[in-house]
Amino acid sequence: MHRSVFALTIMVCGFSLRAEDSPQFRGKGGLGISEKPLPVHWDATENIRWKAELPGRGLSCPVIANGRVFVTACTGANQDRLHVLCFDAKSGKKLWHRQLWGTGNTLCHEKTCMAAPTPVTDGKRVIALFATADLVCYDVDGNLLWYRSLTGDYQTIGNNVGMAASPILHGDLFLLCLENAGASFAAGIDKYTGKNRWKIDRPRGINWVTPLVIQDAGNDLLLFQGADELAAHDPATGKKRWALTGNKLSTVPSPTAGDGLVFLAGEKFLAIRPSSDKASPEVVWQSNKLSGGYASPLYYKGLVYMLTAGGVLNCADGTTGKHMWSKRVEGKFAASPLAADGKIYCVSEEGKTTILQAGTEGKILTTNALPETFLATPAAADGALYLRSDKHLYCIGEKAK
Amino acid sequence: MTKRHILAGFFLVCCAGLSAAGDTAPLLTRIKAVGKEGEGNSVAAKAWKELIRLGPDALVDILTALDNANPSAANWLRSAVDAIAEKTLADKKKLPVAKLEAFVRDRKHAGIGRRLAYEWLVRVDPTAPGRLLPDMLDDPGAELRREAVDVVLKSAQEFFDKDDKAAAKATYQRAFEAARERDQVQLIIGRLKKLGVEIDATSHFGFITRWHIAGSFDNSKESGFHKVFPPEKRVDLAAVYKGKDGQEVRWKEHTTTLPMGVVDFNKVIGALHGTTAYAYTTVVSATERPVEIRAGSNNAVRIFLNGKEIFFWEEYHHGNRMDQHIAKGILKAGKNEILVKVLQNEQTEAWAQQWSLQLRICDALGGRVPVTVLEKK
Repeated sequence: MHRSVFALTIMVCGFSLRAEDSPQFRGKGGLGISEKPLPVHWDATENIRWKAELPGRGLSCPVIANGRVFVTACTGANQDRLHVLCFDAKSGKKLWHRQLWGTGNTLCHEKTCMAAPTPVTDGKRVIALFATADLVCYDVDGNLLWYRSLTGDYQTIGNNVGMAASPILHGDLFLLCLENAGASFAAGIDKYTGKNRWKIDRPRGINWVTPLVIQDAGNDLLLFQGADELAAHDPATGKKRWALTGNKLSTVPSPTAGDGLVFLAGEKFLAIRPSSDKASPEVVWQSNKLSGGYASPLYYKGLVYMLTAGGVLNCADGTTGKHMWSKRVEGKFAASPLAADGKIYCVSEEGKTTILQAGTEGKILTTNALPETFLATPAAADGALYLRSDKHLYCIGEKAK
Repeated sequence: MTKRHILAGFFLVCCAGLSAAGDTAPLLTRIKAVGKEGEGNSVAAKAWKELIRLGPDALVDILTALDNANPSAANWLRSAVDAIAEKTLADKKKLPVAKLEAFVRDRKHAGIGRRLAYEWLVRVDPTAPGRLLPDMLDDPGAELRREAVDVVLKSAQEFFDKDDKAAAKATYQRAFEAARERDQVQLIIGRLKKLGVEIDATSHFGFITRWHIAGSFDNSKESGFHKVFPPEKRVDLAAVYKGKDGQEVRWKEHTTTLPMGVVDFNKVIGALHGTTAYAYTTVVSATERPVEIRAGSNNAVRIFLNGKEIFFWEEYHHGNRMDQHIAKGILKAGKNEILVKVLQNEQTEAWAQQWSLQLRICDALGGRVPVTVLEKK
């Protein structure tokens, strides 16, 4: 009997996400928090479990589930060759590599590229969205399950800066928000078939914010942050529940949440408390001292951390917004910070990872360097840290035995 | 021998005799039927898996199917080729290299399929590039041609580095004849300039430099993009229009001397905001032919060919690159009218002041198409 239960458990685990997986941008729930402690010291040789060469650039993070690591990249003079790769998490062995021809606009700011949105995985499949608006779903063995050229579906999608908002998975739905210069929309797409379950119009404009799903009074709410409003929708139907207006919100950092609050970057940093259905949320506090750049806010153990593009990490009390400290961290920053085991990891564009003690002092513990360009937000799974440079994917951790 | 044995033997003979093409045709048909918004995906996914099971014998059929596949179907087919080839090599089996090479050499197939075959061929036969690329400088496939040009550029660079100017010059000029892509052409022009050879990039790329310009019309609050101003109804070069704020607007001839055929409306019309300009030209083509009309602008644009809109893009000051907009159309034999609407918005930032256009007519590879620009309509 014991063996049967164990076997069943293994089987179920084999086909679902585990707590220590990292299935989307900023990991589980999009919160940027690792379940397990992560390595604290590494360099080009020390504590590198494996290092895999990538075919091209990408700002997308790797996603990890059930011992498989998925990552996207793009290549070509016009960035119109799109790649999805799968690696074994223990060994770094490349398990499969698929390519697509991009079907949408490839013009973008030189800092970004067509492999900017982070893919998602539910442990059975990986779904990758590219800035060309190509959308593809493979099973974990690389079998093509569905594909859509969203530019083919809705011709005017695109902008000349580059799209970067990552999609998320929620239940059976693949949720994406494509606000751009042309056909702007959000959609809930059936993850099994690739067909729309719902699709709603969104404002035209440049927006790189990844949606966030939160729970409010037992209901799931899908949050879209735009320049003029934070809108809450029913993720199952797309129906709008409420909107927070009257604030100039950021269109780059994505929101995060914790302890009943949602944290939003913008002209003023806001902490809001979602209220019951169809009511506007309460603004709990706002701050002028949590300015942002590219990185999304991190909420960890009661404190909010916000990292500027120029390398200042600001910390505030999550309940009151009281400014706690500001700390200079070396480098420029595109990646969002990651928390693990009481520490904050800030990965600079120049490849220096500054690790600080989480808490009210902001003590810098150490700095680790890898001599490459890193724009992607780090990912963590099973106690390993994944850093993606312009050329390589690093798995940092003890070598597998 | 029993009846059962005879039937079994017959079945085996039938199976052995079936060609990959016989097996692949219905599967490829199902994959190529994928439509918009995910239509046909589930059927295609089943066909895709069956196709993969056929293994490397199916590769050439799949590559051939790329010849007339729509962009979505092409990506399904590409994934099938990659999956089969990857598994074949992982299983320590062989790819059909002779068939792949024959496919690469056969220019009647689509460039994307030939390039895909080439990439897998090169993985198992590193000598293939040296054998194939020298004959591909005039290839109709963009990526193969690009790589062939790259090889010549490397050779030219070696001569350049050794200070063998004559050989470098000759080699760069050979690459220049073949190159169609912006970065390669510009690199060659730069190198040749260092070697004392001046090349007119504007002419090489085929930018239109002679225009008639009319403006300005209203685009306050970006409202002009969807308004149809008189030039969109009919171009009359003698007409006097009522433009923005009641100003008289007349067509004026303009020949740009700016690099790469850039028309600067700030200079031709004035540094205005919330405004719309039209650029009009007439070109003569000796034959009817499909062309690409490629434009670059930091402004919202609409492109009309012979009175029919063939492209629009409503975006301001988010990037300007040569050939960023590609409109496809058919040039008639004889006169063809090209009208471009270029809109400037009301942004005040220093980086948002460009109001310009560059436009050229080329083939699908980006090569200049021979047309004559008429002085008058």
